[in-house]
Amino acid sequence: MEFALSEDQRMLQDSLKGVLAGAASLDQVRKIAVGDSDAIRMLEAALDDFGLASLLVPEAAGGLGLGLLDACLVQESLGYHVAPSRFLASALAAVALAGHPGLLGGEAKFGLAATELVSRRDGAGLALKAGKLTGTSLLAISAAGATHLLAADTKGGVHVVDAGAAQIAPMQTIDRTRMFHHVTLDGAKVLASAKADDRFLAIARLLVAADTLGAAQAMIDKAVAYAAERQQFGRVIGSFQAVKHMCAEMAAKLEPGRALIWHAAHALDIGDAEGPVMANLAKAYMAEAGTFIARTATEVHGGMGFTDLVGLHYWFKRIGVNRQLFGSPEQARETAAQLQGLVA
Amino acid sequence: MKLDLDPEYEAFRADVSETLTKNRHLAPTSEDKGYKNARRIAWQKLLIEHGLAARTIPKAYGGYGGEADILKARIIAEEFARSRVPGPMQGQGISMLVPTLLELGTEAQKQAYIRPTIEGEMIWCQGYSEPGAGSDLAALRTSAVEDGDHYVINGSKIWTSTAKQADMIFCLVRTDPAAKKHEGITYITFPMSTPGIEVRPLVDMTGSANFNEVFFTNVRVPKSGVIYQPNKGWQVANATLTHERGMLGDPNATKARFLELVTLMKTESVNGQPLIANPLLRDRLMRLQAEVYAMQANGLRITTSRLKGEQAGIAGLIVKLNGCDLNHEIARLAIDALGELGILYEDGDHLRADGSWQWRYMYDLGLIIGGGTAQIQKNIIAERGLNMPREPKLAKA
Repeated sequence: MEFALSEDQRMLQDSLKGVLAGAASLDQVRKIAVGDSDAIRMLEAALDDFGLASLLVPEAAGGLGLGLLDACLVQESLGYHVAPSRFLASALAAVALAGHPGLLGGEAKFGLAATELVSRRDGAGLALKAGKLTGTSLLAISAAGATHLLAADTKGGVHVVDAGAAQIAPMQTIDRTRMFHHVTLDGAKVLASAKADDRFLAIARLLVAADTLGAAQAMIDKAVAYAAERQQFGRVIGSFQAVKHMCAEMAAKLEPGRALIWHAAHALDIGDAEGPVMANLAKAYMAEAGTFIARTATEVHGGMGFTDLVGLHYWFKRIGVNRQLFGSPEQARETAAQLQGLVA
Repeated sequence: MKLDLDPEYEAFRADVSETLTKNRHLAPTSEDKGYKNARRIAWQKLLIEHGLAARTIPKAYGGYGGEADILKARIIAEEFARSRVPGPMQGQGISMLVPTLLELGTEAQKQAYIRPTIEGEMIWCQGYSEPGAGSDLAALRTSAVEDGDHYVINGSKIWTSTAKQADMIFCLVRTDPAAKKHEGITYITFPMSTPGIEVRPLVDMTGSANFNEVFFTNVRVPKSGVIYQPNKGWQVANATLTHERGMLGDPNATKARFLELVTLMKTESVNGQPLIANPLLRDRLMRLQAEVYAMQANGLRITTSRLKGEQAGIAGLIVKLNGCDLNHEIARLAIDALGELGILYEDGDHLRADGSWQWRYMYDLGLIIGGGTAQIQKNIIAERGLNMPREPKLAKA
């Protein structure tokens, strides 16, 4: 028995963090957040070189053929550096389109229009009719610059369409580093279809949980470092129990979440029936832990945490957005209950 | 990442399971109450003989004499839980004193105490906390003054479980009042029948006396009861405190309680609907399940660290804090789910689960405080896990 990351997995994460420390430094993130195209391109190029787009694509289809635990480690690193990336959309495309490997190789860049799988607003939703998709989808992920869109219909299916067939308009969220779009399709031809089953939604939620894990870990690291420097009443504030206990509570909440994400990813990788339950629970757990840590780490920084100067708010907002993506913690918990037959 | 076990261990699991099935008719029942019950002692001896209790304790001292194997220990615990066959005896003698003796005791002490302790013939209590020394244990003041080859002990201890039943006590006493507070303490063992010892039950909020106060008035005990060396008691005690903290917050025990709560919410009905059909209660249940699963996975991570001989870091430091809190929250949801009937206690006719949820809600609060308070745990997580600075010492007035 071994419940730990492998040497390869640690190296994957270390080398990605090395890349992100440069291309997604806080200075770069600030530029990305105001739409600086050089900064955006530089990060994209660095992540493309790393091979993120093909991480989950099978080796036979020209990908790296890695597993969901590896994907979680990548997403965690992206969250740690509040780095925008197409990775989430690519990974979910690779999961959904396992039966269509031809679409995954090469230069395909996927965006994801799947909000309506979980929550469909009045007037939103994509209808499938005679092999064509028509309608709108809100808060699509990585739609700008995509070659293909993976788009959910209103009946639990997902379909690939040419991104050129989509009209997209930005939807501004609290998180200015990541772009979300309003997508309109008008009879877009479906190139391939798959079912958005329990496993697909579970993986989407698990990856978002991993992103929050990284972002929350970064906030704890920053809070602990700040508490070791900031002096008041003639002492570093980290020596006050009031501050120490806030930090201990953050660590005590976060660390089991990490183990739960590993366990869920591994269970999904080996096809364990409990995998989807664990993944949904992980999403809910990290949403709650992340919210607590985002608030508490900000408070450890005192007034500075509230300013733009230290930039802590990028992480606060990343966690805030993640909490709602692919469903609130309440929705994820209800899914977990349904999967266990606890809902009549 | 690999969660399945090697065939050698799966075979071991099958053996354990078979032994339990074959012998379960010999196990003590709820009729076999109290310490030193003949059936309980016989069962304990049978478990030792099969390597299911005292597994790593050498044969020379009455144990099974097996190699230390974390996975086998885990499998044994899982099989007892799964089969619901009564497990090995527990107690502070077995969990804390015996490991200490094995590490630091003299040959004579090992010979005298280990066998009767693990077989359940000798019951121990622990004399650590005092009215003035709780979280600050090293401030303890119970004094032991040399008198030839004896010490004369005066003072008092509190939170002493099983003091009434105990044959022996392992105790921290101050032997050098002039030394720094951690350096004048001695770890000593002596019989509870020694003249001058008075035990008073300490009734707690559950209505029973789960603990006692123990008073010492000129208690004369031989120096041969000292474990390791005089004035080195703090190091000796620290070795055993780690054992105690490991026991509190066990994620498998928490999972078992969670499953009882699920059963309760599926079977108990209000207004013709099972409790689990209430979406607000169900959401709270799933919230707890996420935490239970997270702590279980955290436990797997700790086991792996131990297998590799590595420190588990923060994952290890949070077990007591999170686990005890989670147990308390599980009891709280059970009571809320039961609603009006949740307030019943010791009422035979209408009680659910023998009133144990209310009992646990109160007793578990005691465990959040005992064995190192939640606040002390947070200091430890911050200082050892996050390398945050210690509180500066106050200047002496």
